[in-house]
Amino acid sequence: MSVSDQSPQMPSTGRATVTPDRRLRLFKHALRLPIVVWQGLFFVAPLFFLVAMSFFIVRNYRMTEAFEMKNWLKMMSRDYFWDSYGLTIGLATLATLVVMTVAFPAAYTLAFRVSENTRRWAVFLLIIPFFTSYLVRIFSWYVILAESGVINAMLGYIGLGPFIMLNTKFGTIVGYMTLTLPLVIILQTFALANIDRTLVEAAHNLGCRPWRTIVRVVLPLAKTGFIIAAVFCFILSFGDFVSPYYLGGSKPPTLPILIIDTVKSGQQWPRAAVVAVVMMVTLFIVAFGGIAAAYRRRLS
Amino acid sequence: MKRKRLLRGFLFGYLALVLIFIFAPIVFSIIFSFNSDRFPTIPLGGFTLKWYETIWHDPDVWEAARNSLIVSLSVASMATFLGFATAYTDYRYRFKLKPLYLALILLPPTIPLIIMALAMLAWFAKIGLAGQVISIIIAHTVLTAPFAMAIIRLRLSQMDASLEAAAWNLGADQWRALRRVIIPFCRPAIISSFCLTAAVSFDEFAIAWFISGLNKTIPVVILEIVTGNIDPQVNAIGSFVFLTSITLVVIAQVVLMTRNKKEKAHHG
Repeated sequence: MSVSDQSPQMPSTGRATVTPDRRLRLFKHALRLPIVVWQGLFFVAPLFFLVAMSFFIVRNYRMTEAFEMKNWLKMMSRDYFWDSYGLTIGLATLATLVVMTVAFPAAYTLAFRVSENTRRWAVFLLIIPFFTSYLVRIFSWYVILAESGVINAMLGYIGLGPFIMLNTKFGTIVGYMTLTLPLVIILQTFALANIDRTLVEAAHNLGCRPWRTIVRVVLPLAKTGFIIAAVFCFILSFGDFVSPYYLGGSKPPTLPILIIDTVKSGQQWPRAAVVAVVMMVTLFIVAFGGIAAAYRRRLS
Repeated sequence: MKRKRLLRGFLFGYLALVLIFIFAPIVFSIIFSFNSDRFPTIPLGGFTLKWYETIWHDPDVWEAARNSLIVSLSVASMATFLGFATAYTDYRYRFKLKPLYLALILLPPTIPLIIMALAMLAWFAKIGLAGQVISIIIAHTVLTAPFAMAIIRLRLSQMDASLEAAAWNLGADQWRALRRVIIPFCRPAIISSFCLTAAVSFDEFAIAWFISGLNKTIPVVILEIVTGNIDPQVNAIGSFVFLTSITLVVIAQVVLMTRNKKEKAHHG
């Protein structure tokens, strides 16, 4: 590692007089500081600048640094902004409900009905799509779901359809599921696999019916993990622009699409920044609400 | 008993359906890339390699592939270095602002990409870094360092704490112990993190699209083709992209899994 080679040449008092104490401190900071500087410059600073930018103004297609409420007033007073906002929250909530429900039986099976080895292989499989091009997978869905696509062709053989699936909310949700389902199944599986089996068996031995065991014993025990999964699902769906654009038809646009339209067509970066800040505030509220709900019991 | 078997059958059938849903787009994309129809459906058209030929002869694709390669290799190296340094700091030291310190590295993946894209576009324009390959490298490093940190931290937590102390007692200084004990122990996690961060960077399109300017990467080229029209070329590039990232992810996982197994067997 290059850092370690540099250490003797550090501009200190020279090698012979470097005390062990000093070397220890050097070692500590050489490992601790890079990330602070890096994320400070390229993660924290851009986000602060984004907030500041929402107060800048654009004159003659050029952005000038200022502190004016103009962009905020303009965006907040537009109906299309609130339409987009409502739609984005609605779709992300719907996606979270659908994905959490669809994932549950799969996660339940993986947590309780298979060997540890099989579970490891299943998680291995589920991790793969998370790291493979989401964009190409959505394009693939576009072709599969089209009016003359694979699904309608198959349904046609048994005399059904064709169904319009593209440019509908159904299409958008399929896209969101493509993005979030593997991750949610993994998180749910871990949450379920970690709960104390003896409690489930106790419920069973005391004559508790399977459904009741799930609702009264399993789910409360796995609550924290499930809330984390739901929050991730919401964040990912809320911020995604690919599915609502290519599969959902973008009428009206969701907030991420609104950001793209505002940046790419009008050079209106400050107004896009307003949308971005509103999105961030919304997500903070959702995330903190989720965390508070997840840990409420434990604190009291 | 019969009901129980029925339930079991249902659960496994369900699991299979879910996996089919998850892998269908990947599988179909690969099948369609060899299909002669412009708008593929069932029944499939004839076998063809023309989409691959088209992208093979497209200089834009080559240029983008070159950019993608440079970006993902640089990102993987830097993110893994930063991730390692942070993971080791977290493993080894306690200090007052540690939660803040950890939040600094772990938060980026929770911020929607489109917001990071806008923020970085504006910030890079301000500090004079807009539209260069290095801008993409910086942005992706911020994004992927948390993954590296998590993987390496997990590995460090499996280490016997007395190993490093033993090295010190035997006269190694901090750097030497780090180089000779910690890094060799973390090697599978380091390889794994290198592959995963490269895969994430190789597939990332939102930030790259916003800040790349003329230096497009492969996903940005795909995004532009997709926005234009239905073009099966995308399936051909897509299959290549899938193959690359799946290979990287599988290597990453296999390296971690086999090492864990070996050690378990070793300890009996």
